[in-house]
Amino acid sequence: MGEFKMTKDIIILGIETSCDETAAAVIRNGTEILSNVVASQIESHKRFGGVVPEIASRHHVEEVTIVLEEALKKADLTIKDIDAIAVTEGPGLVGALLIGVNAAKAVAFAHGIPLIGVHHIAGHIYANRLMAEMKFPLLSLVVSGGHTELVYMKEHGIFDVIGETRDDAAGEAYDKVARTLGLPYPGGPHIDRLAHEGETTIDLPRAWLEEGSYDFSFSGLKSAVINTLHNAEQRGEEIKAMDLAASFQASVVEVLVTKTIRAVEEYGVKQVLLAGGVAANKGLRYALTQAFDQIKDVELIIPPLHLCTDNAAMIGAAGTVLFEKNRFAGYDLNANPGLELR
Amino acid sequence: MNVLAIDTSNYPLSVAVINEQEIVAEVIINIKKNHSIRAMPAVESILKEINMTPADIDRVVVAKGPGSYTGVRIGVTMAKTLAWTLNIPIVGVSSLAALTGPGRHFEGAVCPVFDARRGQAYTALYEYRENVLTTVKEDTNILMSEWLDELANMNKKILFVGQDVSVFWDSIEEKLGDRAIRSSITENYPRASEIGLLGMNAEPENVHDFVPNYIRLAEAEAKWLERQQSGDE
Ligand SMILES: [Zn+2]
Repeated sequence: MGEFKMTKDIIILGIETSCDETAAAVIRNGTEILSNVVASQIESHKRFGGVVPEIASRHHVEEVTIVLEEALKKADLTIKDIDAIAVTEGPGLVGALLIGVNAAKAVAFAHGIPLIGVHHIAGHIYANRLMAEMKFPLLSLVVSGGHTELVYMKEHGIFDVIGETRDDAAGEAYDKVARTLGLPYPGGPHIDRLAHEGETTIDLPRAWLEEGSYDFSFSGLKSAVINTLHNAEQRGEEIKAMDLAASFQASVVEVLVTKTIRAVEEYGVKQVLLAGGVAANKGLRYALTQAFDQIKDVELIIPPLHLCTDNAAMIGAAGTVLFEKNRFAGYDLNANPGLELR
Repeated sequence: MNVLAIDTSNYPLSVAVINEQEIVAEVIINIKKNHSIRAMPAVESILKEINMTPADIDRVVVAKGPGSYTGVRIGVTMAKTLAWTLNIPIVGVSSLAALTGPGRHFEGAVCPVFDARRGQAYTALYEYRENVLTTVKEDTNILMSEWLDELANMNKKILFVGQDVSVFWDSIEEKLGDRAIRSSITENYPRASEIGLLGMNAEPENVHDFVPNYIRLAEAEAKWLERQQSGDE
């Protein structure tokens, strides 16, 4: 019965352990989530005021087989149905990455299934493909605790970083400002919430950098916030935390949105994808949505919150593209905390 | 029963396949290279060499610490994931016990030593009684000077094993004199075959609950507990 051309589904098991979430997911054809399991360690790290790498690694070992089992069970599949194992190889915390990488290798080896190493940011970008098909060329704005990048893609699996942060990532700036304001960890959502209650009454700088640059810089803004607080304290004046939060957020969002729109025009893209943990920020989502309402012929995709934060569905989605390109890893795959996106 | 045994808890890597009668294959690699890069390829090549597939493995035994936190985690993660996905039993064996083989016919106790920096060691005291490895003092993390005081009070010969014995040898000799014996260079390495043998008949552990035995809390956690306690007073 060779005359039937069967198109077989591609089923990928994704694994992600680059920071403080132990995650596994099963993805069909790079677009459909069959399961998406995340064990968050955030409660454990709260007492330290941030992610402690050694503690994160320890939790990953505790959770890894549990999330793998749950991912298969929820997808109602067995390992025999899996075409490849895709795992985050970097960037991230090296000790944390190692757990996912070694678990992935063990599953791949045990069953003779292909192994795929995925870049964490490629994963964040491909979270969007779980919402809508990608249309090239496209631009992705990646904003997270460790990254602020504008990535241009002319086709699947090829990444061109056209702008990146020169100092702090946006998420880092959020966390530091939150700490200065005495807000609990993680600070990003607290700033976002306060910002909605406050007014942008405080004048804070916007770092545009040299003309035409798509790079970012948030350390100056962070210092300005800290100085504003200090100066007010010395003068015995009171500054409303919500106004400072609103003013800070307005600066971050304005720079992100303005540079994104400029890149959209210069590169003539069809789609803009928001990606990364800070994509959960309501202020940013709202400003981007407003801006792109005015721009014709460019589609803006914003994933739901649970696909913006770290998860393995996005790793499975990005891994599917590598599977189709036969880009497999050997059993000597290592964690690569400084891996570059290409 | 084919037992796959793995030790990545310190600098050397050791992998073996053994059964009730014999060592089928064993490797020890003692060059500086990340365990994450070489451990899985070592398992792959050893199985290939002896014409086995992962499906032929009946049990996984792994050195579960103490040792390098990262090193121990690599072996444990590989082992527990293999055990889970192949649906076979897993057993953890002390990384210190893995070094005790040279003491099997020694009249006295065996003391494996890992350097834990700042004068500290991961160590324990074992004895072979009628060919069965018996724990005299549990695996611990202790200042070597304190540990030697404890050992000095015991009136027996002690065989010190491990690459890191050299770090402490002067003070060991000073405290214990000719009651301290030092292993030869060929006896200083973890033997995965010993791990496999120790774990072959042990009660399997629940794979999802299987974690390393770090002995030490993570530094951040120790400090946090200290703060909690001082806050309570
Ligand atoms: Zn992320």
